[in-house]
Amino acid sequence: MDKLFELGMAGIASSATIFIFLIFLFVVKEALPVFLGHVDTSKGGEILSPDQLERMNPGDVKEYLELTNEQYRRLDQDALRLMMEVKYQAAQDMATDPQAGLNTASWEHMIFPYQWTGYEQPGYIWQPVSSVPKFNLIPLLIGSLKTTLVALLFATPLALGAAVFVSQLCPSRFREWIKPSIELLAGIPSVVLGFFALMVLAGFLDRVFGVQTQLNASVAGIALGLAVIPIIFSISEDALSSVPRHYSESALALGSSPWFAAWKVVIPAAFPGIVAAIVLGFGRAIGETMIVLMASGNASIVSWNLGDSTRTMTATIAAEMAETVFGDPHYRILFMLGVMLFVITFCSNWIAGVVIQRLKHKMEAAG
Amino acid sequence: MSVSSPQFNTQWGTSSSNRQARQLHLVSRGMTLVTGLATFFVIAILLTVLADIVYHGWSALSWNFLFSGIGTDSFESGQLGLLPMMIGTVFKVFLMTLVVMPVGVITALYLTEYANPQSLLTRMIHSAVNNLAGVPSIIFGLFGWGFFIKFMGVGLDEAFSPNNPEPVWGKPAILWASMTLAIMTLPVVIVTTEEALKSLPDGLRYASYALGASRLQTLFKVLLPQAMPGILTGAILAIGRAAGEVAPLLFTGAAYYTAAYPWKLNDEFMDLGYHIYILATQSPDVENTTPVAYATVLVLLALTLGLNLMTILIRARIRHRYKQYQAVDG
Amino acid sequence: MLSRSIHGRWGWFCVVWLLFLTNNQAAFAATDSISIKGSDTMLLLTQKWVHEFSKRHSDVAFQISGGGSGIGFAALQNNTTDLCAASRPIKSKEILSCIKAFSAAPTEYKVCLDAIAVYVHPDNPIRDLDLKTLKDIYTGRITNWRQVGGMDLDIVLYSRENSSGTYEFFKSSVMQHEDFSPATLSMPGTSAVMQAVAKDAGGIGYGGAVFGSVVKTLALKATVDGPAILPNANSVQQGDYPIWRHLFHYVNPAMDKGMLGDYLKWIRSPVAQSLAEGSGYFPLPETAQISDLEDCCLEPAELASSKILDQE
Repeated sequence: MDKLFELGMAGIASSATIFIFLIFLFVVKEALPVFLGHVDTSKGGEILSPDQLERMNPGDVKEYLELTNEQYRRLDQDALRLMMEVKYQAAQDMATDPQAGLNTASWEHMIFPYQWTGYEQPGYIWQPVSSVPKFNLIPLLIGSLKTTLVALLFATPLALGAAVFVSQLCPSRFREWIKPSIELLAGIPSVVLGFFALMVLAGFLDRVFGVQTQLNASVAGIALGLAVIPIIFSISEDALSSVPRHYSESALALGSSPWFAAWKVVIPAAFPGIVAAIVLGFGRAIGETMIVLMASGNASIVSWNLGDSTRTMTATIAAEMAETVFGDPHYRILFMLGVMLFVITFCSNWIAGVVIQRLKHKMEAAG
Repeated sequence: MSVSSPQFNTQWGTSSSNRQARQLHLVSRGMTLVTGLATFFVIAILLTVLADIVYHGWSALSWNFLFSGIGTDSFESGQLGLLPMMIGTVFKVFLMTLVVMPVGVITALYLTEYANPQSLLTRMIHSAVNNLAGVPSIIFGLFGWGFFIKFMGVGLDEAFSPNNPEPVWGKPAILWASMTLAIMTLPVVIVTTEEALKSLPDGLRYASYALGASRLQTLFKVLLPQAMPGILTGAILAIGRAAGEVAPLLFTGAAYYTAAYPWKLNDEFMDLGYHIYILATQSPDVENTTPVAYATVLVLLALTLGLNLMTILIRARIRHRYKQYQAVDG
Repeated sequence: MLSRSIHGRWGWFCVVWLLFLTNNQAAFAATDSISIKGSDTMLLLTQKWVHEFSKRHSDVAFQISGGGSGIGFAALQNNTTDLCAASRPIKSKEILSCIKAFSAAPTEYKVCLDAIAVYVHPDNPIRDLDLKTLKDIYTGRITNWRQVGGMDLDIVLYSRENSSGTYEFFKSSVMQHEDFSPATLSMPGTSAVMQAVAKDAGGIGYGGAVFGSVVKTLALKATVDGPAILPNANSVQQGDYPIWRHLFHYVNPAMDKGMLGDYLKWIRSPVAQSLAEGSGYFPLPETAQISDLEDCCLEPAELASSKILDQE
């Protein structure tokens, strides 16, 4: 009985493992055809005039109109003719772009610049809703990296400074309330931070720096930084506090000031933990959706200028997913963005996890 | 807030390098000040955000706004009521809690009380929990769509009502949204429960066994009740996180507008967080909508921060009790 | 045993709920209910119509939900909605799947007019633009307001997300299917565009007709030397304002009878049409409105202002 219960518990306990696996499986499943290069956007196929319906045999009609046997049985001649007409009309109306035959969902077009009709020079273009859909991923990758970079540049010094102050320099009665209030920042939902960035921060930064566009990578990055600060803070604070007390006490006993004890002894000892905190902050920043969706302006430009608007991978998924057709190239490419995000965050988590684990063992041994 | 202790500073160098000592002293004071300022700045940002939202949101807040449905115009201050979103959010969080708590608590029990910490399974679960915590929320949305709606929902429909063209489960629904959130918050529950169980002194376990209690009895009669405040913290943290999360709901069940309140598991629902996004971006009349949007943000913020504050208080209590245990043990 | 007993109780709860649900599914279809699904931009108007219609017919239960025009069309094919509210005409792919589903193309009802307004910052001295220039601005060929006679200020382009019907309409009517400049900022909604333009001295944006004075609406010229026209009920109904469109309701032709037919007639009556303006839209021209509902005894199918194929 007890053994059985234990087995059941082990089963339920494995669910976390199973879910990670399922998440990977189901996101990859939708994106797999893109990875394998099986998705084709080129519009091929012959278009037949509606009058040809009488001369076609049932098999051809079914294939041409993509009908199942059951549908074919149910539809009468008028309905079939109507379908032929609609399809014929649609082909007539379609804008004839010489590049319509191109498979734009191939890896070549998703990574390298290309000379598209109507553009002055070859470019990295993300225009998924167009007569020739363009799926270049570079603008989105750069967009994600750019906002993440700003977020880290903003959050890291503040969070690390606060962590050093709280764990090493400040009297414990301050620590009691400083630590929870910084952690309270983590309790603010990202949609609220996005709202704040949109309504207040964008105007404020514009007034101070006078940027070209109000919603840009810096606004989104700073708001993102607010979401990242509590993560970097609590993990690096944990790492600093895990350094055994006698490390800093010996430094103090040798006549060091608390700052030098922290700087020369505690921070070097906890350094891997601090790196892990930044890596985790990176993972959080690159995966955050609502803030960048609301505050970054979402223009898919390739530029490293922090005052330019930018479009991230997450915001692209959130904004475009709703109207895509199930199984469409656009749908699959959005899932592929999801896979890329998953892999990036999985790696950063894994690295940070290993580093923290090692540090913990080391500190326990030293303590 | 500069707190460097003066008695050490002057003693750093020898008397022959007095200047150097003074420099070091200055650096030390300066850096303490800088880190203190960083801390102060972070807290100031937090207070600015809160103050801005309270200041702008307070005026539009009224009894009627909080507890009435939507009239003819979901963007105007006289017409919009938050009741549908509150019901939706509470229902969503309730369903999520029903799923995540048993799974999370059992996982934590298994990890602390049963599993061999060195075994492959334990290490796998630990790293899975770590990684699950870091998966971006939008990926949970994609997963909820691909797995719950397209795989399970469509599967259920094919199994139980193959001739019904109308999808019953294979569409966005509050059930799927809650399940998605449950997976997202699972690590929070597991980690906090694990901590709570680990902090219980072994003496409790031994005393229980010594009285002839079985392992199961020890688990359910001794350990779980003792760890209850910790488990509660986990639940509240999970709820606080789930109540404000929007990205996973985008494709799994949150609706722009529904005329009826959600009362079936397969209804779509209106959600507070998602509605903030709508109010901030979709209105045809910006001037009239901004106060309502601020008030909605205030409500959501009060909800999530209230829950977070609660966990802080409970944790302070636990720490207090843990100290008592240590006194008894020691 | 706490967690186990909760678990067990919850299981039963769920089973009962499921049974309840499957039994209820049939009951729902029998009541006089109308479900409307589709475009988010039309939701506000639909809400107002339903509110007003319910005052006259308290026996009808309405279910309204948004999600987008595409989602409305998908629901129409799956029979999950009676009416699809759409801010764009149906696509041929969608007609094909509708025919597959119910052997006929859905009937199209034009329910009101929508003008796409173009707005700039209130301090911008520009008052009007012609469509050609507007296109050149949005493709990125014109990048400074000086080039169109304004201040020396870079133009910042604001557009809608590519999943919205407004985006597609602007792209086909103004851009003539050319791509937007990559520097275009995509906003998730009308108010996001307006807020951004209101705070951006060099900004230009487009969207539904709006209230208030946070932005300045431009007058548009169809040709370079044509008259400059502001969007208002009169100019849109006359067809003088160059970028306008119909908003639609689509319905399975086998279904538009009874209460649903009454509702579709009623929304084109003067009373219902007068509600359109409060939601940022414009009423149908009076000739297309149904002025006397009692007299109107035409079959709903004939009433439909046009079949899809006639339009194309």
